[in-house]
Amino acid sequence: MHNKTIAELALGLRNGEFSSEELTRHTLARIASLDKELNSFITVSSEHALAQAKAADERLANGNADALTGIPIAQKDIFCTNGIRTSCGSNMLDNFIAPYDSTVVSKFNSAGAVMVGKTNMDEFAMGSSNETSFYGPVKNPWNTNTVPGGSSGGSAAAVAARLVPGTTGTDTGGSIRQPAALCGVTGIKPTYGRVSRYGMIAFASSLDQGGAFAQTAEDAGLILGAMSGFDERDSTSIDKPVPDYQADLNKDIKGLKIGLPKEFFSEGLDNEVARVIEAAIEEYKKLGAEIVEISLPNSGLSVPAYYVVAPAECSSNLSRFDGVRFGHRCENPDDLEDLYKRSRGEGFGAEVKRRILVGAYVLSAGYYDAYYLKAQKVRRLISEDFKQAFEKVDVILGPTTPSVAFNLGEKADDPVNMYLSDTYTIAVNMAGLPGMSVPAGFVNQLPVGLQIIGNYFEEGRLLNVAHKYQQVTDWHQRTPQGFE
Amino acid sequence: MWETVIGLEIHTQLATKSKIFSGASTAYGAEPNTQACAVDLGLPGVLPVLNQQAVLMAVKFGLAIDAEVAPISVFARKNYFYPDLPKGYQISQFELPIVGKGTLTIELEDGSSKVVGVTRAHLEEDAGKSLHEDFHGMTGVDLNRAGTPLLEIVSEPDMRSAKEAVAYMRKMHSLVRYLGISDGNMQEGSFRCDANVSVRPKGQEEFGTRTELKNINSFRFVERAIDFEVERQIDLIEGGGKVTQETRLYDPNKHETRSMRSKEEAMDYRYFPDPDLLPVEVTAETKENIRRTLPELPDAKKARFMESFALNAEDAGILTTSRDMADYFEQVIKATDDIKLSANWIMGDLSGFLNKEGKEINESPVTAEMLAGMINRIKDNTISGKIAKEVFEAMWNGEGDADAIIKSKGLKQITDTGAIEAIVDEIIAANPGQVEQLKAGKDKLMGFFVGQVMKQTQGKANPGQVNQLLKQKLEL
Repeated sequence: MHNKTIAELALGLRNGEFSSEELTRHTLARIASLDKELNSFITVSSEHALAQAKAADERLANGNADALTGIPIAQKDIFCTNGIRTSCGSNMLDNFIAPYDSTVVSKFNSAGAVMVGKTNMDEFAMGSSNETSFYGPVKNPWNTNTVPGGSSGGSAAAVAARLVPGTTGTDTGGSIRQPAALCGVTGIKPTYGRVSRYGMIAFASSLDQGGAFAQTAEDAGLILGAMSGFDERDSTSIDKPVPDYQADLNKDIKGLKIGLPKEFFSEGLDNEVARVIEAAIEEYKKLGAEIVEISLPNSGLSVPAYYVVAPAECSSNLSRFDGVRFGHRCENPDDLEDLYKRSRGEGFGAEVKRRILVGAYVLSAGYYDAYYLKAQKVRRLISEDFKQAFEKVDVILGPTTPSVAFNLGEKADDPVNMYLSDTYTIAVNMAGLPGMSVPAGFVNQLPVGLQIIGNYFEEGRLLNVAHKYQQVTDWHQRTPQGFE
Repeated sequence: MWETVIGLEIHTQLATKSKIFSGASTAYGAEPNTQACAVDLGLPGVLPVLNQQAVLMAVKFGLAIDAEVAPISVFARKNYFYPDLPKGYQISQFELPIVGKGTLTIELEDGSSKVVGVTRAHLEEDAGKSLHEDFHGMTGVDLNRAGTPLLEIVSEPDMRSAKEAVAYMRKMHSLVRYLGISDGNMQEGSFRCDANVSVRPKGQEEFGTRTELKNINSFRFVERAIDFEVERQIDLIEGGGKVTQETRLYDPNKHETRSMRSKEEAMDYRYFPDPDLLPVEVTAETKENIRRTLPELPDAKKARFMESFALNAEDAGILTTSRDMADYFEQVIKATDDIKLSANWIMGDLSGFLNKEGKEINESPVTAEMLAGMINRIKDNTISGKIAKEVFEAMWNGEGDADAIIKSKGLKQITDTGAIEAIVDEIIAANPGQVEQLKAGKDKLMGFFVGQVMKQTQGKANPGQVNQLLKQKLEL
């Protein structure tokens, strides 16, 4: 049952092959037995899930089920869930139970999906290896000595290990696509504004965007469809109808113009990974696509600019965690300053503190123009690069990451090296474009991800391009040993 | 010798029903923290959504002071930590405020007027309240006020005395109430100001070092705080010292200002555009639509009152202080034709009663129609001005309209010449000594005789008629 895709499970539920309750119990049992090693969940919500499953079974019986009704899913622990802890991977929120659902969670609830738990993540989504989580690192199911990527490492690992058929994630600089690549699953980050950020704990508001993990592009489309849409509670969400992402999945891609940015195939890219991506490009040629070399000349500036903009916003977004109203509060503060210093000092981990410091620095008087404003200008240049590229091509292809999963602890003390693992994904966030990562092969028995970048609101096209590839390859169907 | 330079930053609470970025109510006086929703509490993941009413009110204000209303303005975050600031930042406007340069004309004591520049006005959210008492060494936080919309109006350093500052503040107060964008309630903190004060030797071009006086919430305090601070600065300089740039707090109980923080301790607020909110667009069409809803403003109304009703500048100024008072006046003179008498009654007795009971003119138990009715009885000699005071008080106390009170209390003036003549004769006969003196030229005694007659008639005689009769009888 657990190897089935969401589309297959939905069919099974409808045909009465199994009930949502059976499926949910099976899912919970697998999590209980297999996740001790992986640590992909922070919270498992068994009772809640079984209640939702029973309600879903009723809906299925009454014939008013949606595509996701009765399907077990897991939420990244960054989406607030009414009555169930939302920790954001931090000691700061270890005791935090939101009195409201995020818009994304409400949408899954109305669709009748079954939430089995909240997945592990880098603290406040700051990290590329899931090692900054207060709840300990997630292990990559393909090799438990390696990282799953981050920040949505738990969501990616849980799908890779076939613990749950679909999960949500958030992507600020690659936090969906990079772990999807490292864990060998399909991940999609839609256009900025497509998914509501209400109730999604903010890291960098102008970059954060919710998205999905699944085995296949088809499933990713089902999840994305359920979570997308305008939300009047999020002023940056965009009032544009959500298309049916299943409609164009099988559309012929003959004549599709694929752009390969030369900057994504230069130094820094692992040779073996490059070969895997080249093989994927060959598949696209066979499918009739036309390959065009393009340039994104400013993409090299994306990492440094990102590490100005994102920390700046995070330094302000994380000010609300002050020990006054919710979250961690130090014992017996002497006075107000002591309350602030110790509550925050104890509540936040090292990477979060590093980014708050960097952010406060780049926004401070005398440095604002040199850093923050400059970074905003770079951001416009990056967007302009993409704009010009999309005048020539329909989608952009390249590696999602420069190398496969690295070992746990390998980059933990080298933040800059860690930041560079997002070198191909960050530009997409800076421009607010949609991007995907699709399993495309292996290097040293570790998965390689193919990144597909589209123009604004062309999620449907991305899913189509990914689906066609998955029709002729089986990389996405490979399952790590011990989790079959 | 010394010249004072003052600029004011006025914070006026906008009269929206809900908060600037959430749906919680802005009503004053609720139990602590009962009007603070998840957004006001700054819970994780929540987002602000701009209240369009607040924007429209700001635009209205901008148009009323002839300012440039920005087609695009931007909300920014002002970052600092304080327990009553839930998010750790205040959403305000910084580089691109919604209202740009404008002007406000104020009237000075000598009757002349002065144009004060308004640098800008921007939208922002208010913070909550820290309660330092009753918590045994701890501080309580009430977030009901957090997120209340404010318009911060920043003036140019154009004022040259505390009196000018008060005139400016009063005029601004009157304007926001005319526009209906604020209730202007100063006790509840809906209208308060910070004053930037410096002194310089007369004739010197450059400004002296300024201090900022924080959070002054009454017209009286603004004058006293500035006067105190000016004196303090002059004493300091004349004593060989230097004014340091700092923020000071005015303590109305001790009548002093004291230092809160110096320039060195001034915070770096690390302003940057709020990524949760889109830039605010105000189209030319919106502006025109709002312009059409602007009421007649105080200056225009005053000019009209002077021209149409032949009132002097002072009276016209007082009558147009508030829109309600001006409306009241216009209603009164619709029902009576004595404009001057109507103005005097409104500015005199009616205002006195209102002040005494702390009522607004729209809460007056004496309606405009009732006052006009009474004035008509003065005009047709049914009652004298003096009796009218008694009638007015009775109307105030809810005893009915003027006619009913005159009737029930028997206050109708005696106009029967025969009856008054008899009393006049009686008084003359009873006071031969005074008659002699009066005839000998001691004119002041005329008042004595009139008074006696009025006393005898319990004020119901017409004083003019009495005067006339006395002169006849005494052959003066």
